[in-house]
Amino acid sequence: MNVLNFVNSFFSDSAHWHGYDGIPARLGEHVRYTLQALLLAAAIGLPIGLVTGHYGRGGNALSLVATAGRALPSFGLLVLMTTLLGFGMLPVMIPLVILAVPPILVTTYEAMRSVDPSPVDAARGMGMHESRILFQVELPVALPLILSGLRSAAIQIVSTATIAAYVSLGGLGRYIVDGLYQRNYEKVVGGATLVAVLALVTLALFWAVARTAVSPGVRRR
Amino acid sequence: MANSLRTPEGPGVLIRIESVTKRYPDGTVAVDRLSMEIPDRSITVLVGPSGCGKTTTLRMINRMVEPSEGTILLDGEDIQRQPVTTLRRSMGYVIQNAGLFQHRTIVDNIATVPRMLGWGKQKARARAAELMERVGLDTALAKRYPYQLSGGQQQRVGVARALAADPPVLLMDEPFSAVDPVVRKGLQDELLRIQEELGKTIVFVTHDIDEAIKLGTMVAVLRTGGHLAQYAPPSELLSSPADAFVEDFLGGDRGIRRLSFFPSGRLELTTGPVIPLDATAEQIAAPDALWLLVTDADGRPLGWSEPGDLAAGDIRPDRLLSHGRPFVPGTDSLRVALDCAVLSPTGWAVAVDTDGRVTGVVSQQTIGEAIRSAHAAGRDDEKVAG
Ligand SMILES: Nc1ncnc2c1ncn2[C@@H]1O[C@H](COP(=O)(O)OP(=O)(O)O)[C@@H](O)[C@H]1O
Ligand SMILES: [Mg+2]
Repeated sequence: MNVLNFVNSFFSDSAHWHGYDGIPARLGEHVRYTLQALLLAAAIGLPIGLVTGHYGRGGNALSLVATAGRALPSFGLLVLMTTLLGFGMLPVMIPLVILAVPPILVTTYEAMRSVDPSPVDAARGMGMHESRILFQVELPVALPLILSGLRSAAIQIVSTATIAAYVSLGGLGRYIVDGLYQRNYEKVVGGATLVAVLALVTLALFWAVARTAVSPGVRRR
Repeated sequence: MANSLRTPEGPGVLIRIESVTKRYPDGTVAVDRLSMEIPDRSITVLVGPSGCGKTTTLRMINRMVEPSEGTILLDGEDIQRQPVTTLRRSMGYVIQNAGLFQHRTIVDNIATVPRMLGWGKQKARARAAELMERVGLDTALAKRYPYQLSGGQQQRVGVARALAADPPVLLMDEPFSAVDPVVRKGLQDELLRIQEELGKTIVFVTHDIDEAIKLGTMVAVLRTGGHLAQYAPPSELLSSPADAFVEDFLGGDRGIRRLSFFPSGRLELTTGPVIPLDATAEQIAAPDALWLLVTDADGRPLGWSEPGDLAAGDIRPDRLLSHGRPFVPGTDSLRVALDCAVLSPTGWAVAVDTDGRVTGVVSQQTIGEAIRSAHAAGRDDEKVAG
């Protein structure tokens, strides 16, 4: 039996489409974990990246923190957090957020730094307030890069959120963990396929957001 | 509709810089005890070599740079006494690469300050469209984005954006330095026209002395370290540079460049050597001239010829020597008249009226005499003034 057969039989089994362990339920859980972690990471990474990028300060400290964040293994962190905090949502969210903050933070900072300084100078010279310069002059131009940072964070969360299953939570990781335990490779491959599809859908969503949110003057099309 | 932009008659805003020094944190003294009065409703040019403190001086006027010592007065009031954003909104600011907002359309770029001041979207856009015309931009470009415009067009948008809220003062930092010479000339002419129409107080920074002389009502030549080397009208700068630095900065042909400030209207023209295409043998023989200028039936110049080469009744326009570029007395300067004479194959310049009809010819020698007396009169004026 090859992989395609696994995929085929996993998805054609109607039992996999119903109940608490059905595809819609697991997919819903997975999307919820992803959104929660992404929103938390964005709530941390975006403001810090925007402000440090605007003032051009703290770039070194920032890349240090980001490198440290990247160096932490998500799975190890999960085990550690669960040991410390017990089972629950929090021990899962912490590694996911720590995974997602660095790309958001670093890309946002870099995006703001790479904005042409002359419109900013012109805006300041015409008496525009700093906050308005940040949001109305720099952000619209930095947006494509900022979105690409969010996108890679989202993709990483989608694939890493599978670890939730190791600590008895749901999500698509369930199929992989259970499948491995039960030596049910059909389930493992099915789960992995769903994760991959979700990652592709995420890519498509970000593409659509960039199409609508980025000005044609910046896209140059 | 264009009238709504006109600054009311009467005094504009004058700027007084009083012993201002700027020392940057690293110790660089960019401007050193600079004092000068910038007259209202005129173009004052700050010119000097790169790094001499022009930008620093300009940016102290809108407080993008804070002086270390000294004061700057706007209409008699210290600029420190009003909120910095209020100050800046009363001054248009134009920079070298225009600094347009690339995510906004042209019309929205121009409408930025009016929108900031709380104007409605419609009113701000209407004003923006009006300004596009004022700076010579086709309003069909309104919905484009900056990347879809040429450098010269972008710079025009920059000027329109600075003028949008009708500020009395315009600060311009090398606004035309990044465009090619032909486009630059167009932008300079446009600025002079706008200044004539709107009567703004303009402070203009450039490193190009020719641009300074062309645009400036007053020209301040700065020396490295932010010292004022000379502050004078361009014609005076050319006739009597204050020191060797200014003289050197002006370049080797300042005598000829100064001719731009002398009108050609008083040149003595002669019509003796001018003959029509259907000239008779007597008309060809009569003028005791080495060269004859042949004109067509409307009086427009066709070309030069030696009298001996002309046969009455059979003058062939294609056999004539080029008449060169003609000048218009009264409109063109002595410099243009001299240039026409120098370029003419005969050494004679052709004068025409605004319709292109010949009003006379003038020799290099006559122009030379006019130059000598103009220079002499200029020196007398300076003696009276000084
Ligand atoms: N922010 C700054 N910090 C330190 N030195 C500066 C700064 N800005 C300009 N300078 C220095 O001040 C001098 C004048 O600069 P500037 O006013 O930009 O000259 P210009 O516009 O005539 O070329 C130069 O020596 C320049 O290096
Ligand atoms: Mg400069």
